[in-house]
Amino acid sequence: MRTRTWAPYALIAPTLVLMAIFLVYPIGSVVYYSLQRYNVTQPWKNGFAGLDNFKQMLFDDPLFWQSLAFSAKWVFVEVGLQLLLGLVLALIVNETFIGRGMARALVFSPWAVSGVLTTGIWILLLNPSTGIFQELSELGIGSPGTSVLGNPDTVFDALVVTELWRGVPFFAILLLADLQSIPKDLYEAASVDGASRWRRFTSVTLPHLKDAIILSTLLRAVWEFNNVDLIYTLTGGGPANQTTTLPLYVARQAVDSHNFGYGSALTVAGLLILLFFSIAYLRVSKFGSRA
Amino acid sequence: MTETLTRRPVDTPPPPRQPTKRRRRAVAEEPGKPWMIHVPLVLYLLFTLIPFYWMLVFAVRPAGSTQLVPWPISFEHFDTVWNDIGFGIFFYNSVVMGLGVLVFVTILSVMGGYALARFKFRGQRVFLLAMLCSQFIPGAMMLIPLFVIFKGLGLLNSLTGLIIAEVAFQLPLSLILMSGFIRNISVELEEAAMVDGCSRLRAFFAVVLPQLKPALVAVGSFAFIGAWNQFLFALMFATRQDKFTLPVGLSYTLGEFNTDFGALAAGGVVAAVPVVLVFAVVQRFLVQGLSAGAVKG
Repeated sequence: MRTRTWAPYALIAPTLVLMAIFLVYPIGSVVYYSLQRYNVTQPWKNGFAGLDNFKQMLFDDPLFWQSLAFSAKWVFVEVGLQLLLGLVLALIVNETFIGRGMARALVFSPWAVSGVLTTGIWILLLNPSTGIFQELSELGIGSPGTSVLGNPDTVFDALVVTELWRGVPFFAILLLADLQSIPKDLYEAASVDGASRWRRFTSVTLPHLKDAIILSTLLRAVWEFNNVDLIYTLTGGGPANQTTTLPLYVARQAVDSHNFGYGSALTVAGLLILLFFSIAYLRVSKFGSRA
Repeated sequence: MTETLTRRPVDTPPPPRQPTKRRRRAVAEEPGKPWMIHVPLVLYLLFTLIPFYWMLVFAVRPAGSTQLVPWPISFEHFDTVWNDIGFGIFFYNSVVMGLGVLVFVTILSVMGGYALARFKFRGQRVFLLAMLCSQFIPGAMMLIPLFVIFKGLGLLNSLTGLIIAEVAFQLPLSLILMSGFIRNISVELEEAAMVDGCSRLRAFFAVVLPQLKPALVAVGSFAFIGAWNQFLFALMFATRQDKFTLPVGLSYTLGEFNTDFGALAAGGVVAAVPVVLVFAVVQRFLVQGLSAGAVKG
């Protein structure tokens, strides 16, 4: 099928143009801006800055380190819990029971909901005056006026649960798809051999899911690292920057302070960290090699 | 495993009735004990549905009411958000953006996916690698250069600009998915049609496209949902209220110091209903499509 060699290039040309304008060029320019003083509100100071932005970031900005640490914690907790719950959920809705199609549609549905809408829904649920804790306290459970989002001790847990609500279906959908591609006779053979349910899970299901798990956790980790919508709207990074992730910090540099030079330096750091961890993760997990 | 399978009858020659018994037991065991499924399922359903229910209740009960089962239903909050806050316009903008992204992502991913699946060309591996790498480039981190580009191209406060940017960020993954779907369609039939005198284009429309329907539904709905939910680009690049999309409009009802919970909930329902409906219809295709091996490309 090599009749007309220009055909594939014509077919991918629009994609290449879009990627050049919106992906390649921005990366180049973010590296360039990171070496500049570039603040929209103070144009008279703009100019070449060398590595000043990076020096400031590494040695003079505790919020950079704090946001990086919070990002790591956020990604680790979210991806771990989403994987665990998503796997359990996928196994449950993979079983045969009455109303399975309906149950699948319902438990997967938060996947389609945006971060902003998730925030809206959970603010209705968690607010101290009309939320669920108020209703529960009227039933005698807990105390009235509990504000989980305003309290530094509970804000992280509230954020995690809110994102789980929307994030677990992603894993459940991907893992369910992979569960269904496991040949049935593998299970029958294992059953005939007298393997217990648990044994069949560990020796048939898990090895088969390995690549899907590695790939989905990696994609999700990158996605959760960059997840700005929910945190931006639910806590705004607070209280007291306690829930500020690195991308949220970048977004605030861009949207609020218009400090594009420093924001770009933060972006470059974020991209390098993502790149490094993605490669390391694929290497360590031996993606693509069957156990 | 096959080894033990073939050896078993030799080790223990089964009495005549045992195979059926064994088999019945294996079949009965498959669904597991009912409570093992139903208890966690019901718990998870509660976790999923209570937040949705909470939003519905707030949306349809009159201001000041605290009933948990609202009756009679009131539409005053919908009237407020749709006409006074401007959700009618935001809804229109979101529909335009969602459909625009759907159309362009679907067409471009079929074109590119077909090129990847059916041709061998120089630079193919580099192209594929670039598509995969782009998954690690977050839109959220690219706000600053994108803002400068948008300003330079005069695309601020324009739905066209939003559509183009969203298409650019969604296209790589959709294209890879689509090439997987196309690769799963047998090439022989297409070649036969071409031998019979069809052009490649006619062979594509006659043979490939009809078989691609589930893939088009899956990729198209992915694109629509993604565009419908896009927040940061819309927040950053649309500053005029008549260009707001639903997520941006919704974020402003959150930003009020004294949040009007009724309006927030009604706005949430307006934003949720289209995507949740689309999703309910296509989620079966999604699981089937992904399990067809498309995800492995």
